[in-house]
Amino acid sequence: MIEARGLFKRYPSRGGEPFTAVAGIDLDVRPGECFGLLGPNGAGKSTTMRMIGCVSRPTAGSLSILGLDAAVHGAAIRARIGVVPQDDALDSELTVAENFLVYGRYFGLGKRVIRERTTRLLEFAQLADKADQRVDTLSGGMRRRLAIARAMINEPVLVLLDEPTTGLDPQARHVLWERLFRLKREGVTLVLTTHYMDEAEQLCDRLVVIDGGQVVDAGTPRELIERHCTREVLELRYDSGDLADLAARVRGGLAQPTETGAAPSPGVQQALAVRERVEILPDRLLYYTDDGEAALADIHHRALSPATALVRRATLEDVFLALTGRTLVD
Amino acid sequence: MTTLAAPAAPVPATADTSVPPRPALAELSYRMLLYRRTWRRTLIMSFVNPLLFFAGIGIGLGRLVDHSGGDPLPGVSYLAYLAPGLLAATAMQTGALESGFTAYQSLRMRPTYRAPAASPLSPADVLDGHLLFNGFRILTSCLAFFAVTAAAGLARSPWALLAPFAALLTGLAFAAPFFAGGVLATRQGTVQGMFRFIIMPLYLFSGTYAPVSRFPEPVRILAYALPLWHGVQLCRGLTFGTLSAPAAAEHVGYLLAVTAAGYAFARHAYAARLHD
Repeated sequence: MIEARGLFKRYPSRGGEPFTAVAGIDLDVRPGECFGLLGPNGAGKSTTMRMIGCVSRPTAGSLSILGLDAAVHGAAIRARIGVVPQDDALDSELTVAENFLVYGRYFGLGKRVIRERTTRLLEFAQLADKADQRVDTLSGGMRRRLAIARAMINEPVLVLLDEPTTGLDPQARHVLWERLFRLKREGVTLVLTTHYMDEAEQLCDRLVVIDGGQVVDAGTPRELIERHCTREVLELRYDSGDLADLAARVRGGLAQPTETGAAPSPGVQQALAVRERVEILPDRLLYYTDDGEAALADIHHRALSPATALVRRATLEDVFLALTGRTLVD
Repeated sequence: MTTLAAPAAPVPATADTSVPPRPALAELSYRMLLYRRTWRRTLIMSFVNPLLFFAGIGIGLGRLVDHSGGDPLPGVSYLAYLAPGLLAATAMQTGALESGFTAYQSLRMRPTYRAPAASPLSPADVLDGHLLFNGFRILTSCLAFFAVTAAAGLARSPWALLAPFAALLTGLAFAAPFFAGGVLATRQGTVQGMFRFIIMPLYLFSGTYAPVSRFPEPVRILAYALPLWHGVQLCRGLTFGTLSAPAAAEHVGYLLAVTAAGYAFARHAYAARLHD
């Protein structure tokens, strides 16, 4: 579906060093899967998506989409994919049905075909009763579903979604996820960017973690968690005391104490297999362990009892922290 | 439950989806659809305002001019003199405003260029469609203005029927480069500046209200160098049937050259801004 090798995007900046948004990314997206680009704001996700959508030319590297060279066949590729931009890009002055009409014409579709597909797609988007309403009367969640439905007007085999649920309330997010699952079940390949870990875990078969314009690691959510984390995470909150000092004392119980805070390179990280470790966050300690309850019992035993403690499953958020040394939420 | 895929195919078919045969028309039809929603808003700027200028200055100031013996054209009332000048100026106004501002808006404020940019259309197709729409806007506002002045008996020659088309050409000579300026501008102030420092002075010093020969030489040279004066000369010459063939060729040639250069510039700007 998509094959990218050494993708670079540099933007010239006025009177300075050119800005490198994407710095050598390799991607392989297979037919029918949901593929995620995960990373913080400014990591290069959207720029990568724009290049895949053939609206931005790579500065260097090769990019093939649906077996076509993106540098040569941009228009043909755009004709066969669906794009859901971050800000919807709907025309808010037109009605829902008119947005389909306009968009369908961009793909060379006739009025009758557009009308027939619009009915079907509005049902899919659960907006069947909104066809004649102006877009600016719809809620954020409805608009996003509309944008996804509109992107399906050309019956694409590949749909690109740039942060599909950013800015939506939890209920709207779940409705949207469910719709995306349906698309996937029908055989549509999905590529999405997100900075939500739960979204990536929910939706993506495979994903790449991007930071600073580069792929830091790739795999299934489970693989990434297993590679970089323990099975469980014990979150420890203390009312008083220096967290760094407490971390050192908690760490004393680990077989192999490791430095935290700095971000070791993925290679080094894998080599060291630093799975059991303690991370210091501004408000709490994260104790990575395969058995959270046992670790907590041990901590109590060593008279390091926290104010509150929570044992949870490791998530992609923990992977990201392990890979980059920072949390995503900042 | 309905499915999104074509009934027979497990994977959605793409066979009937391709680049439209006349892609610019897809953008034109979008602009026309939107215009059906918004045309009332544009009446003031492109029709009522020129008529107000025409009536206010033409009748009010015209009385002073006509009685002072300062006839700009022998045997022609000031109102009749002003009508073709304002026709060309209206074309410029609509051409520049409709392109400079809507291009800026379509790229940055209400990003309506985003949808066609992600479709099989090329940036040039988007420009062509929008330019066609602006041609329609320029021509219709000029025809409306011309109809009023002709009804007032101010068209003195059968050639006058060509004046709205001369005005269209004038408008396009502004529209093309202003499309480029609109998508290249990164702040709204830049677009406003283009109107304040280019369109307004041209409005006043290109022979719209008074013959250019009355102005000091530097102003005159500048007026000759810029498109509006040529448009005014064309419209006025046609309205009174006084245009010579060589003069017509010169003005039309000049306006075509400016339009072509502006269009080439706009193609370049659209390619850079819609697809980076």
